[in-house]
Order: sequence, then C-alpha cells, then structure tokens
Amino acid sequence: MTRRTFLGLASAAALCPAPARAQSAGPRVVVVGGGFGGASCARALRQLAPRLAVTLVEASATFTACPFSNAVIGGLRELAAQQFGYTRVAADGITVVPAMATAVDPAAKSVTLADGTRLPYDRLVLSPGIDIRWGALPGYDEAAAVAMPHAWKAGEQTLLLRRQLEAMDDGGLVVIAAPANPFRCPPGPYERASLIAHYLKTKKPKSKLLVLDAKDAFSKQRLFQAAWAELYPGLLEWVPLSKGGAVTSVDAATRTLVTDFGKHQAKVANVIPPQKAGRIAEAAGVADRSGWCPIDPVTFESTLQPGIHVVGDAAIAGAMPKSAFAANSQAKSCAAAVVTLLGGGTPAAPKLINTCYSLVAPDYGISVAGVYVPSGGQLADVPGAGGVSPANAPRGTRAAEAVLAEAWFRTITGEVFG
Amino acid sequence: MAKALAAAIGLVSIAAAVTASAASGQPPPGAAACSGCHPASARVTSPVVRLAGLERDAIVRALQEFRSGQRAGTIMDRIAKGFTDEEIQALAAWFAAQPK
Repeated sequence: MTRRTFLGLASAAALCPAPARAQSAGPRVVVVGGGFGGASCARALRQLAPRLAVTLVEASATFTACPFSNAVIGGLRELAAQQFGYTRVAADGITVVPAMATAVDPAAKSVTLADGTRLPYDRLVLSPGIDIRWGALPGYDEAAAVAMPHAWKAGEQTLLLRRQLEAMDDGGLVVIAAPANPFRCPPGPYERASLIAHYLKTKKPKSKLLVLDAKDAFSKQRLFQAAWAELYPGLLEWVPLSKGGAVTSVDAATRTLVTDFGKHQAKVANVIPPQKAGRIAEAAGVADRSGWCPIDPVTFESTLQPGIHVVGDAAIAGAMPKSAFAANSQAKSCAAAVVTLLGGGTPAAPKLINTCYSLVAPDYGISVAGVYVPSGGQLADVPGAGGVSPANAPRGTRAAEAVLAEAWFRTITGEVFG
Repeated sequence: MAKALAAAIGLVSIAAAVTASAASGQPPPGAAACSGCHPASARVTSPVVRLAGLERDAIVRALQEFRSGQRAGTIMDRIAKGFTDEEIQALAAWFAAQPK
C-alpha cells in the first residue's frame, strides 16, 4: 500500500460516523479499566493511530475519581464533582463495552467478559487500579468495611465515611489506619487526615484525630507535619510504626483498632487496608507474588505475559508513585509503545512525569513532582529533578498551590473524560 | 489459502495503520506527560498555559529559565530540571508545530 492510498483511507475513515470507525479493520487493542490510566490510553491510541480498533472495557457507567475525594469526606465538595461518564471517549471512535472483564487467555489473545463474550486483541492494556487485600489485616473484611470504611475506592465508601463523621458527636475520637508501602496515592492518608482535621476544627473542635501508621516515614512528610503544627495543634496526632502505630487487627463491631502497644476505640474509624493490583491482573497472570505487576519500563509490557501491558496503580513502576497523574503519563507512553510495536518498530525510551497536589486545608496546597526514565529495568528518578514544595514558603504560595490543585483536577479529568 | 490470505491482509492492515502514526510523528520523550496539567484538548479551560502553537523560542526560554531558577515557578522549576537542552529543543519544536 502506498502512502497516498493510506492517507486516502485515513481521511475517508475520518468522515465516517464514530461507530463505523470503531469497527475499522485495523489492529485491535483492548483496554481493560476506564480510570485515569485506561481511558487515557484508549484515547491516546486512537489519536496516535486512528485506524486502530480500540475497545475500552469498563464495568461502571460512571467513573468516580479518587483525587479530591478527601475533600468530599471533609464536606468541602460533593461526590458529583468527582464523577465522569464515557460519552466523549466513545465519540472518539472507541468502542466502550460496559462489562466486567473476568478472564484473559494470553495464548489465544482474548479477553472474556462476565457474560462469556470473548474479545480478541492484538495487544491488551490492563489498567485495573487496585483491589483491597481482604483478610490481610485480621478482622477487616468486606462486612467490616461498612462499620469502618476504607474509602480508598471513591464512591459509596467516600460518602459512608463522610456521613459517619457528620453523625459523630463533638468530642469523639476519629482514627485513620494508614498502610505500609506500596499502596495507591502515597500522600492520600495524610491529605485525608488534614481535611478531616479541618472538618473537626470547624465543626466539632473538641474531637481528636489519631493517625495510626504502619510506616515511620511518608510522602511530603515535613510539609504535612509543619502544616499540622500550624493549623491543627492538639487535634491531629500521627503515631508512626516505631511508636506503636501499626494496626495488627480490628474489631468492626466495637470499632476497635489493635496495635502492639494497645487498643484504640474509635467513634469513626477509617481503615486504609493493604492493597494489590485489580483482580483481572491476577486472572491474566501478570501479577507476581507481591500482588502487583512487573513491567518493562519502556513499553509497560508485562514481564510475565507478552502482549499484555499494564499501566497505573497496578504496575510496579519503580520510583513512580501510584497516582492519577502517573497513570495518565504512563498510559500515553504505553499507547505510543503499543502503536510502534504493532508497526514492527522498536519503541524509544520514554520520559515520564508525575505531579501530585495535596490539600492540607481548602486554601493550603502542597505538591510533589518527579521526572522518570527507564534505568536498570525500572523507572528511576532523573537525578536533580522533582521534589516537594519549598519548606517555609509564605501562605500565598500555599494558596496558589491550592488553586493549581483544583486546576490540575479540572484539566486532567477534562483531558481523560471530556 | 483463504486463511493465509486473511492473515496476509491482517499483516498489511496492521503495518498500514501504524505507518500513519510514523507519518504524523510521535511526540518527543516527555511531551505526552505535559497535558497532565497543560490542556491539550480545546474543550478544557485552565489557568495553566496551553502549549500547542506557542512560539518555539518562548518555550525554550521558559524551560531554560525554570531549570536555572531564573524564573520563579511553583512546580515547573522542579520539573524542568529533569530535561536536557536537546530534550527542551525537541519539546519546543513539537509544541510550536501543533495547531493552536
């Protein structure tokens, strides 16, 4: 085929209505998971190679975003502001399949849906996010998550935690249990602690918030701790691993959290439990014994199953944190690699970025950024780049970052779903 | 025979579809990540500057000044330090060539 014939085909395709284009005879890429990773990847694939037949498999008709969901818990924002549909994604010519992917046959190159339908693919991208490792924390199972919400997948759990805080009398003890690494959104538990402290300070000032941590260090730690000392003195207490912070079991009936150093009976308990890659990763054979998915840092192709790529929280991405920005950044690099591989080429080494804002109060934002390249089989920090917001910055800088945080959310959700 | 033909057609269509992207050119390393904050879609409004169609020299200057600390930034000062002169040139050329 000459380039001219090809361009002719390409422009003819562009004139066709979306459904016709979605069924074009190009190579088939199936993407499983419609979050920041999967929806981004599907759109980037179509943009880079309009003749690809791209299918996005996602069980939920509505995506509920985790970034900014801590503001929903703190009563600063409504859940509706976190929710996005797939109309615009479908309008790009992507076939959106509202179903649960239950199995993958890497040899036959097909994805099986809950109703038994098989979707054949030339390359598969999995962006399944996280699943809770039920039972890893003794006493914490799906029933316990009603009494002690995790709220680590945004949606009903987010509202549940908010309602429990709203129903609590002033003077109550709120406890957050933070997990050991790795987990989705490393600064998330501490942003949540901040915004719950903000809610308590303004609405229930006699209350106390305890953060029981399975770690001795956390993301943006110095910035958070300086802000807590300034904004929430006496209200918020962080208990690190070395001071008995690790929660070893819970009792949902009495909202009790047990550590090696004692028991804490909470009025409201938010248990952020250990996690693993979303379930389809295990079914596809791309998760290792850690529960997460090892990948090639150039292509995001699984090191366990050729032809299957993994992006976002589920992937073991070296120095890159499990964040929405990272998932979006990885998804676009992965899309470029998939297009190159389908054409028989060799993908170039990508350069990736992460940016992550946290709110300590509605007008107090802090951030961390990083730049990453493949190195030694992993994604590594570019030395000298990235880092956190300056310590001792004036409040004007914090206020500016709070505005940028909101702008970031609008932009990334607009790019991915709008 | 029919099977072999179908397979051959499959290969041709894969190669053809992918030639398209080679013709249009993939963005240079790092470029795809920028739209995490800098809107690429015309439907997104943000106080953060849109990069498509900016003047090439202006992009180079901004990134170099963020990198050296000469220009104050909230976060671009930290990100620009991760890019070499060659990468900055490639990014600037790419964004300058994109339609506004």
